[in-house]
Amino acid sequence: MHLGNLASLTFFLPELAVTATILLLILVHVAGKSRYSAAPALLSLAGVGAALLLVALQPASPGRLLFEGMVALDGFAIFFKALTALATIVVIFMSMESRDLAGRTQTEYYVFLLSVLLGMFLLAASTDIVMLYLALELVSIPSYLLAGYLKGKESSTEAAMKYVVYGATASGVMIYGFSLLYGLTGTTQMAEIGRALAAGKAPLPVFLAAAMVTVGFGFKIAAVPFHMWSPDVYEGAPTPVTAFLSVGPKAAGFAVLVRFFYTVFASPDAAAGMWKLPPSVDWTLLFGVLSAVTMSVGNLVAINQNNVKRLLAYSSIAHAGYMLMGFVLLTPAGLKAILFYLVVYLFMNLGAFYVVVLVANGTGSEDIADYSGLGRRAPFAAVSLAIFLFALTGIPPFSGFIGKVYLFAEVINRGVYWLAVVAALNSVVSLYYYARIVKVMFLEDPKESAELPVPAFPRAVLSLLAIPTLVLGIYWEPVARVAANSVRLLAF
Amino acid sequence: MGFIDRHILSLMTFLPLAGAAVILCMPKGKDNIVKTIAAVASFLPIPLAVRLWGAFDQTVAGVNVENQFQFVEHYSWIPSINVEYFMGADGISMPMLILTAIVSFLAVIGSWGIQKQIKGYMALFLLLETGMMGVFASLDFFLFYVFWEVMLLPMYFLIGIWGGPRREYAAIKFFLYTLLGSVLMLIVMLALYFNSINPETGGHTFNMLHYMQQSTHNAWLKGFDVRILLFLGLFIGFAIKVPLFPFHTWLPDAHVEAPTAISVILAGILLKMGTYGLMRISFPIFPDVTKWFVIPMAVLGVINIVYGALCAMAQSDLKKMVAYSSVSHMGFCLLGMAALTPAGMVGASFQMFSHGMITSMLFFLVGVVYDRAHHRDIDGFGGLGAVVPVYTFFVTVAFFASLGLPGFSGFIAEAMVFIGSFGPLKTFVIIGASGIIIVAAFHLWALQRVFLGPLNPKYAQLEEINAREIFCLTPLALMTLFFGVYPMPVLNLMNTSLVRLVDVVKMVM
Repeated sequence: MHLGNLASLTFFLPELAVTATILLLILVHVAGKSRYSAAPALLSLAGVGAALLLVALQPASPGRLLFEGMVALDGFAIFFKALTALATIVVIFMSMESRDLAGRTQTEYYVFLLSVLLGMFLLAASTDIVMLYLALELVSIPSYLLAGYLKGKESSTEAAMKYVVYGATASGVMIYGFSLLYGLTGTTQMAEIGRALAAGKAPLPVFLAAAMVTVGFGFKIAAVPFHMWSPDVYEGAPTPVTAFLSVGPKAAGFAVLVRFFYTVFASPDAAAGMWKLPPSVDWTLLFGVLSAVTMSVGNLVAINQNNVKRLLAYSSIAHAGYMLMGFVLLTPAGLKAILFYLVVYLFMNLGAFYVVVLVANGTGSEDIADYSGLGRRAPFAAVSLAIFLFALTGIPPFSGFIGKVYLFAEVINRGVYWLAVVAALNSVVSLYYYARIVKVMFLEDPKESAELPVPAFPRAVLSLLAIPTLVLGIYWEPVARVAANSVRLLAF
Repeated sequence: MGFIDRHILSLMTFLPLAGAAVILCMPKGKDNIVKTIAAVASFLPIPLAVRLWGAFDQTVAGVNVENQFQFVEHYSWIPSINVEYFMGADGISMPMLILTAIVSFLAVIGSWGIQKQIKGYMALFLLLETGMMGVFASLDFFLFYVFWEVMLLPMYFLIGIWGGPRREYAAIKFFLYTLLGSVLMLIVMLALYFNSINPETGGHTFNMLHYMQQSTHNAWLKGFDVRILLFLGLFIGFAIKVPLFPFHTWLPDAHVEAPTAISVILAGILLKMGTYGLMRISFPIFPDVTKWFVIPMAVLGVINIVYGALCAMAQSDLKKMVAYSSVSHMGFCLLGMAALTPAGMVGASFQMFSHGMITSMLFFLVGVVYDRAHHRDIDGFGGLGAVVPVYTFFVTVAFFASLGLPGFSGFIAEAMVFIGSFGPLKTFVIIGASGIIIVAAFHLWALQRVFLGPLNPKYAQLEEINAREIFCLTPLALMTLFFGVYPMPVLNLMNTSLVRLVDVVKMVM
């Protein structure tokens, strides 16, 4: 059912909350005395917290189309809104702790951060390609600014520049694909495009459009070969921003990738329990190769990295590859695996970055070599980081293992064994570089013996990230159920 | 006793973990309390194991029939994908559970001298023990896999932090090799899951015993080509653990660099998990492929026996020699299993039990001399027999047990393997038996170089073995001797189950 603009507003409260917070932040900035006070951070926390609460209260069923069919309100959108809001909250905590950001104007930073959040809310929900494009730009442009937020630091500026150039190219290619779709079907509504395409169109332009759109989404999730920007951006950007980019926009990228492909190109086939894509192209093979190449490149290049942030950048490319495994088959179970993985990935990846921030605060360095003896200098942080890294590797009893089991399971269930084997071997490769950090922390003697103090508050946040990483590895039924429900409600 | 009896396997598995949790809560600097807690937590499974042994009904087989398993605990864990908490014991797992309880406790005592970060050491060790017990007790494949992997982390740290000079290399090599095996196992596990049906519920299942009923398999899983591939996936996973040639190269590094007590655990228990996995999982689930794979297994077994023994002979490092002797001894297990006769299977299983004790002694003994001389070069000693007679006595006992002298348990095991395999695998037994000569040769040669001959004056003041070390060695030596003279208690324990296992494999067309 379509809702009109005014009627839609009641279902738009989380977005309104974020928007209101952004406006308030600007007011505070103008009225406030100090540019460096903690007020903007706290205000943002409150705003995003309120948005998260409102998201949780939104009725998931029945799915609704808001604003004359521009955005959807369904379980899938709600899931991604909750996920990205949660990630933003953690990133705000991280930003408050980071020395990189201390001494810089606070308000603008949080305005950008919340704008990205608003963009992600819309991106996960948009059902019209114009809306989708706007949402994507709303995510991208403040992201460029965030990446270059460390004015005067060369690598940060370089990061922003690279990000802009690559981003602009990708979104240009993508909108060209959109224009092809519009030309073929005469509508911007995704569901209607889908219906028109299902009625039969020349395969070549459809494939071209699909490929061009994939470029845009591939850029957002940093899939190979559209990943070139990410290592430089991840290394140059302030660490909290890196953490944010590796989780938030990546998750939103997956959301839009899934929603777009499922509504535009695929038609549900209830008998086989999966969606069918036009048979002219072997989509399974295409996305299977994309997934395999993404994880392999990410993992193999990560081996040689000496900078923790850069290493985690490549690792997050690899994880995008793992998650694409769930996309390959276009089955509800595969989607559920992606959603489940994104939840565990949020905790383990943000956790790893949080420790990077804490260590950088103490040592001023992001080199792996400077992590030597961290097990003795800051045992709590080191043990937490080890947990996050082993979870990223996918070793039980940590949550990352369960996430991988779900991803592997669907691929194996549908008989794409070669991809499962590639992914399994990739896990072994990834152990090598994750364990290298662990080795430096625990097996090597510290260069300096001074203890690295970790204050109580970051400790608490770190525990809040580490505990789910452990618990979800032992009992994950509730999250699996939420993920399963969020897939079922995907509205067409 | 009601509660204990109903949850005896869980208690054996998780009491060490509880001990680890308590240790982690201890403040710094309470080393002796930490050690005491670790000793208690690893001792508690022993009375439980005794209780297990006493209450075990040796006349029911288990293997592939759920209601014949004993001490069963069966609960739902993750209902949405049918993961279950399913534990139980039969004649295949019983000797391993008992062995694990004993060797783990002795290894904690053997670690008493550790100075560096004792708290972390003991906590990791107890976590490792939980993983080992869990592997031997699980009957749900998912649960089995989780325990199997849980062992990797503590092992990595125990070798990597407390090991010898090349510990970092050895630790990561061990980790990578075993993880490679595990991920293959994971794929096979998921393939089994999706292609078999729980007959009771109609859903998919991780229950190993269901996989063993061929009727639960779908058409795809009935295809022989597919079954060969899945069998090989599992086989490589287990072969890396055993380790079978050519997957053995992690072993010398890990065993040599690990601290003494961890080498004991590695050789005494971890290696057995490979052969245990074959018996528990591979053989009953893929009996048809097992029969097809007899000759390759026998070949690998014989290669292990002879190649391991030759490598051991070539070593100048005492610990490396002992490590390679494990490679050789595990070859006997595989040869016995490949024969698919009751005697061969029982011999293999008894060899696992017996080698667990003997090799533990050997590694303890190597640790004793290394602690005092700070090297393990066989040619660097000489004439120690006159200086440290008690130590020499224990080494002689352990060496003779290891080379298969009648009167020790190793002899019974090897004899049964040869008797059991001679019918179906004559040529292999003949080659394998010649390996015994090499095994004897390198043991005696090492004994001669270290303890006989002119005394190396450097070691004229060598300290004699101390009471704690004797405490670790004596129970093992006595058990090796006792079961060498009267092996029936252990043989009875496993006989019914292993006869059934052979039947399960043989019955299949």
